[in-house]
Amino acid sequence: MVSPILELKNINKSFGHVQANKNINLTIKKGTIHGIIGENGAGKSTLMSIVYGLYQADTGSINVSGKEIKLRSPRDSIESGIGMVHQHFMLVENFTVIENIVLGFEGEFVFGKKLEKAKEDLQKLCETYKLNIDLDSVISDLSVGFRQRVEILKSLYRGAEIFILDEPTGVLTPQEVDELFKILRSLKEEGKTIVLITHKLNEIMDLTSEVSVMRQGEVVGHTKTTDTNKEKLAEMMVGRSVLLRLNKAEAKLGDVVFKVENLTVKDDLDVTRVKNVNFEIRSGEILGLAGVTGNGQTELLEALSGIRKVESGAIYLNDEKISDKDNLLDPRELKEKGLAHVPEDRQRMGLVTDFKAYENLIFGYHDQEPYSKSSILRDGDILSFSKKVMEEYDVRPRSPQLITSNFSGGNQQKIILSRELNENPKILLVGQPTRGVDIGAIEFIHQRLIDMRDKGAAILLVSVELDEVLSLSDRILVMFDGNIVGERVNKDVTDRDLGLLMAGVA
Amino acid sequence: MAAAVDKSRVPWWVSNLIVPLVNLILALLVSALFIFIAGENPVQAVKLIIYGSFGYLDGFAYTLYYTTNFVFTGLAFAVAFHCRLFNIGGEGQAYIGGLGVFLVAINVSFLPVPIVWLLAIAGAFIFGAAWAFIPAYLQAKRGSHVVITTIMFNFIASSLMVFLLVDVIRDMKQMGPHTVALPKEIWFPTFKEFAALFGIKIRYSPLNISFLLAIAASFFVWFLVWKTKWGYEMRAVGHNMQAAIYAGISPYKNIIIAMCISGGLAGLLGINEILGVHHKIVAGFPAGYGFTGIAVALMGRNHPIGIFPAAFLFGILYQGGSEVTFDMPNITRYMFVAVQGVIILFSGALENLFRPQIESFFVNRLNMKREI
Repeated sequence: MVSPILELKNINKSFGHVQANKNINLTIKKGTIHGIIGENGAGKSTLMSIVYGLYQADTGSINVSGKEIKLRSPRDSIESGIGMVHQHFMLVENFTVIENIVLGFEGEFVFGKKLEKAKEDLQKLCETYKLNIDLDSVISDLSVGFRQRVEILKSLYRGAEIFILDEPTGVLTPQEVDELFKILRSLKEEGKTIVLITHKLNEIMDLTSEVSVMRQGEVVGHTKTTDTNKEKLAEMMVGRSVLLRLNKAEAKLGDVVFKVENLTVKDDLDVTRVKNVNFEIRSGEILGLAGVTGNGQTELLEALSGIRKVESGAIYLNDEKISDKDNLLDPRELKEKGLAHVPEDRQRMGLVTDFKAYENLIFGYHDQEPYSKSSILRDGDILSFSKKVMEEYDVRPRSPQLITSNFSGGNQQKIILSRELNENPKILLVGQPTRGVDIGAIEFIHQRLIDMRDKGAAILLVSVELDEVLSLSDRILVMFDGNIVGERVNKDVTDRDLGLLMAGVA
Repeated sequence: MAAAVDKSRVPWWVSNLIVPLVNLILALLVSALFIFIAGENPVQAVKLIIYGSFGYLDGFAYTLYYTTNFVFTGLAFAVAFHCRLFNIGGEGQAYIGGLGVFLVAINVSFLPVPIVWLLAIAGAFIFGAAWAFIPAYLQAKRGSHVVITTIMFNFIASSLMVFLLVDVIRDMKQMGPHTVALPKEIWFPTFKEFAALFGIKIRYSPLNISFLLAIAASFFVWFLVWKTKWGYEMRAVGHNMQAAIYAGISPYKNIIIAMCISGGLAGLLGINEILGVHHKIVAGFPAGYGFTGIAVALMGRNHPIGIFPAAFLFGILYQGGSEVTFDMPNITRYMFVAVQGVIILFSGALENLFRPQIESFFVNRLNMKREI
């Protein structure tokens, strides 16, 4: 039998007291697409960083095509034919494609003939794999999808036989995802091996031939994709059965709580990002706002929550005008009127990560009783409140004194949610509630949002995850280039329909 | 590869005690090398420093007097730093604070003494705060960086005070750039008088009850920064301005508050120097305490509990250092400026030089213990 292209034996890796990888054994066959799935923090990325030579395993060995290799740095792994496409691209923005590809090896090309030769080779690779990249375009002019292809081309050119892709679809539109999958399939047909790290079950089912499931640093399952299904995989990932469909009753719509009229908003660079947008939300309704990142959702949310100035138009909360060109209620006044906001980027905006958890649990409410009286913080009340909500929202670990940056992404998100939902807001603005959050927590967070809706809150959900928008929303708006380009009632909408709207095609 | 240390596993005493201590020891070793190169025996120098700052009562009182000044300027820097403002204008704020002390005290000296003192303290604080307000406003409103503006304001303060001391508030009966003395009744009681109560005779000591004010100020800063909503908001702005705006906390307001409190604390140095020591404004009385305060705060990790010992250490260096310069001809007082510089270098700029190694050393040690 041919020896497998990549074989990991008894890999162990600890960071301090935390064991990120426990006795990992993994065999990857040549010419397959092998999925590795697991929650955030399950150890997928650590394992792949070991394979790519970024970390070194404490124990264990790595074999490529039957030969044991020592990986001390990414250079070693590149030489062994391993290429990695990172979640965050490692490209120099103001260089051209070809400059980026020869970067690090440029000493061998300098100018002239060798560069011409490189260009020819790259051209050929592009044709073989239908990458369709213009080698002379500057990276900053390329869309995210194309940048990813440049990364793939880079690995190809360096002779990679094994491609590791870490959450490759997180930043892509559905159409771009389709394109990527085509490329990956053609790589496979040419005999390359692909390791796909993801937490999206659909991608595993679509693309892979084999799948390994990781949980808490261990490989807990390994199966042929055809022998399993989404429910089984999800169960393996979290270690219990998960509801992929939410328990969601029909929405009981009340009065219009929140209304946006002809709203136009500019960003810091004075570029108009939200263009003449109109919508309203009723109490007991979740309005989903879908769209690819960067189409004005961020600025819209900031304007609605009192952070960003309104250029023209107006925002109403319970028929009271809360914001227009000349007046802007600040976030604290809006809180008092019953508006809560879970911001898109929790670390940049939602939390002070250097604060202790209890300090973040009162963030924005810190000058209200019982948390403070006569401007003096009441530690006792704050701590007992913190313990209570950390219990209620299952924030782990339950240590209010721990610095917030030591909590995982999902738990940081729960800290924000418990803070914002605790006051039973009338209108809740939620941005990317489950970005970087593991499946168990996603389920919990979604259920909380539905509960809020059923209690009569009006919710605006902004998300780039189509699944999330589809499973939570009662009504869906699609935003493209600052405009609302479509409105759908959730019952009669498809992925494809939304995807086309998001791409600005329809 | 130096393994990344999981920060949550590092015990507080390693990052807050051991690391600063190691940095200090390194700084002192480098300083010893300087002294050695200058042709003196470092061991002898250390003995002199210890004797000069602890060995006899007068010397020890001097040490505490210096400590008082460093506490004020160290706290001043720390408060601004919690809002991530690098207030290096303590020197000028202290100078102007001194003007406040004098103007208030001389104009209300007919009132009961404790009230004069309270008003003078308020004067010091308000004048220092006012001097910090201008750079604060420029930073908050116009984005002019406080590092630039505060250092410029040191020069402006210095020139302004020279002008005032020469042309406006000089004691016109003499030539020197200083004012008339304040009435004797309102001078701060000194350590000398206190010691005399117990029959201990001291020739002269600048140490006075401002030392108690320094302790009170330390407590005030601790309470302000960690126990009030103002401190909470200042820290939020300092750590993450975006998040502060999201939570409805105004960076504008908090930058101004933090800078004004910082300037006010620096201004309190004027209390020690004018009510306690000179009893008049003498040209150049802040004498670099404002700058040294930066080092004190950095070394004390911007916490009053750290600032107090750091100020004490600098007091020892000042007092012991002057002792050394008397006895060792090759060592000038500039040598101790260099020593201070080295300490600032190691505890400020190179603060994290050995942190990873030290932290991982202790973390591994502790883990081993647990496993056994």
